[in-house]
Amino acid sequence: MPELPAQPTPPTRIDNDHGGTDMWINMGPQHPATHGVFRMELALDSELIVDAISHIGYLHRGSERLFENEIYSQIITLFDRLDYVSNFNNELVLVMAVEKLMSLEVPDRAEYIRVILCELNRIASHLVFIGTFALDMGALTPSLYTFRDREKILALFEATSGARMMHNYFRVGGVKQDVVDDFPQRVNSLLGELERGIDEVDQLLSHGEVFVERTRGIAVIDGETALDWGLTGACLRASGVAYDVRVDEPYSVYDRLDFAVPIGTAGDTWDRYYLRVLEARQSIIIVRQAIQQMEPGPIQTKVRAIARPPKGEVYAHAENPRGDFAVYLVSEGGESPYRLKVRPPSFCNLMPLRDLLIGHYVADAVVILGSLDIVLGEVDR
Amino acid sequence: MLNSVKALRVSLSTMMRRKVTAEYPKEHLPLQDRFMGFPALTWDEARDEPFCTGCMVCIRYCPTQCMSAQMTDNTKFADGDSHRKKIVETFEINLGRCILCGICVDVCNFDAIEMSFEHERSERLRDANRVDLPTLLDMGKAYQEESGWKQSKPNAPSPKEKEVIAAAKAAEEAPELKPEAHPASGSPDPPEDAPEDAPEGTDADNRAKKEGETP
Repeated sequence: MPELPAQPTPPTRIDNDHGGTDMWINMGPQHPATHGVFRMELALDSELIVDAISHIGYLHRGSERLFENEIYSQIITLFDRLDYVSNFNNELVLVMAVEKLMSLEVPDRAEYIRVILCELNRIASHLVFIGTFALDMGALTPSLYTFRDREKILALFEATSGARMMHNYFRVGGVKQDVVDDFPQRVNSLLGELERGIDEVDQLLSHGEVFVERTRGIAVIDGETALDWGLTGACLRASGVAYDVRVDEPYSVYDRLDFAVPIGTAGDTWDRYYLRVLEARQSIIIVRQAIQQMEPGPIQTKVRAIARPPKGEVYAHAENPRGDFAVYLVSEGGESPYRLKVRPPSFCNLMPLRDLLIGHYVADAVVILGSLDIVLGEVDR
Repeated sequence: MLNSVKALRVSLSTMMRRKVTAEYPKEHLPLQDRFMGFPALTWDEARDEPFCTGCMVCIRYCPTQCMSAQMTDNTKFADGDSHRKKIVETFEINLGRCILCGICVDVCNFDAIEMSFEHERSERLRDANRVDLPTLLDMGKAYQEESGWKQSKPNAPSPKEKEVIAAAKAAEEAPELKPEAHPASGSPDPPEDAPEDAPEGTDADNRAKKEGETP
């Protein structure tokens, strides 16, 4: 039997600067602030973090292997379960990839429905982030307000797709069924409520002295380092790099919509937090325009019941709430893909965690992890 | 001082808000019309049998393989009461495995399976959510009643109805044409002047179709 390589042991400094010993503590996988099942080993010198090892894979379901055995309509259900806070955005990337490979034209109405639902899902996802980020720091109230508003979005999703989270609503070449008749009215009244809700939380939290003290200047990433690590989404834009797939490579109908991409300056946790508040407001503007531009029409192009894309490779990506979510699809011309690689933004955003943690207090560990806004379903796949 | 006044104002303005939560087991939030609960099998009132023929198409497309079914010969077809040659004999869904994706509903050709409003199925035993055909049909009946469900296309005529139609046609042609050319069990081809004349036979045909439409 071949000899197994020795397990790596965490490095420990026996004698640190104070003549003491580093203490290794275990955080997670059942820790409430890890937003799922994420485990960190932290080396502490009194209260300072001197080293960190992260462990992922507790939620590994072998999704990418599963994709290879399922037909495309079944894969949509699996994509719902990758980033389980922004399900519509995930579905969109998959159907975009398959449509690109089959060179399908999607009807305008379907595109608008997709954009509206994706942007509402972005608001829902950012509301979860704002609520849980405050919760990580011990502020309970904002999470109640954000979850109250998110509930209204989910009720609209339920009226549209029949499910609150696992929708299975987008189809290759369109959407499953047309939206309900009073959809524009419902969305418009919802947007008003969301605007008020976001303002309320913003007023409650963003500029509070304790909140700013705990987030300003914590875990600073400069733009170049952020690009080196491959960060995307709000984590990258907080560092001052203007990169948004919706603007740089417009997909769907984003080129017909007018919106701003907020950019941060400091690249610290407060910027990463506040950028998401601003992005949620921009999403409201996008949805307003899309609702106005949406016209009646078909919602589905003619596609065979079992989609069979031709032989070839395709790369599709879109701006998810967490960053640049991409799919690399290799098809052999069959009912299932030969290979379907997912580029999860959460996974890439998690990578600089060790560098960010070192030198900060242990109480800031949850704040730093929370500001990266990871979803473990997507990290582990 | 000013801050306390501000705080008091916020407290007073939020105090009178309506509550948004519901104490779950006691209160239930309303379900939307399109809500997708667990799948259930629908019941054909007109024929007094399930719509499902056990064709297994939903089972082949199910992403989690949570269903199984068996098909059998329909005795009602032999008796001439139903147009379904085959009918479902056993059907089992492991609702604990079902992911509520609705693919089975999309692929079904017979309106036989629908996502019901049923969603509260916490049980003590691991196998308690393996539901069989009678339970699925009960769930389906409850769903049909609650939602005012309609089948998408009317039933095809059963052998007995076909006979009635053919007889009606024969009777209608009898005074004008040679009656011996169209016996009672005669050809299904309708004569061109049938809709204009609209005799009693066609009425019976219409009634049968209407019953099929609104079970």
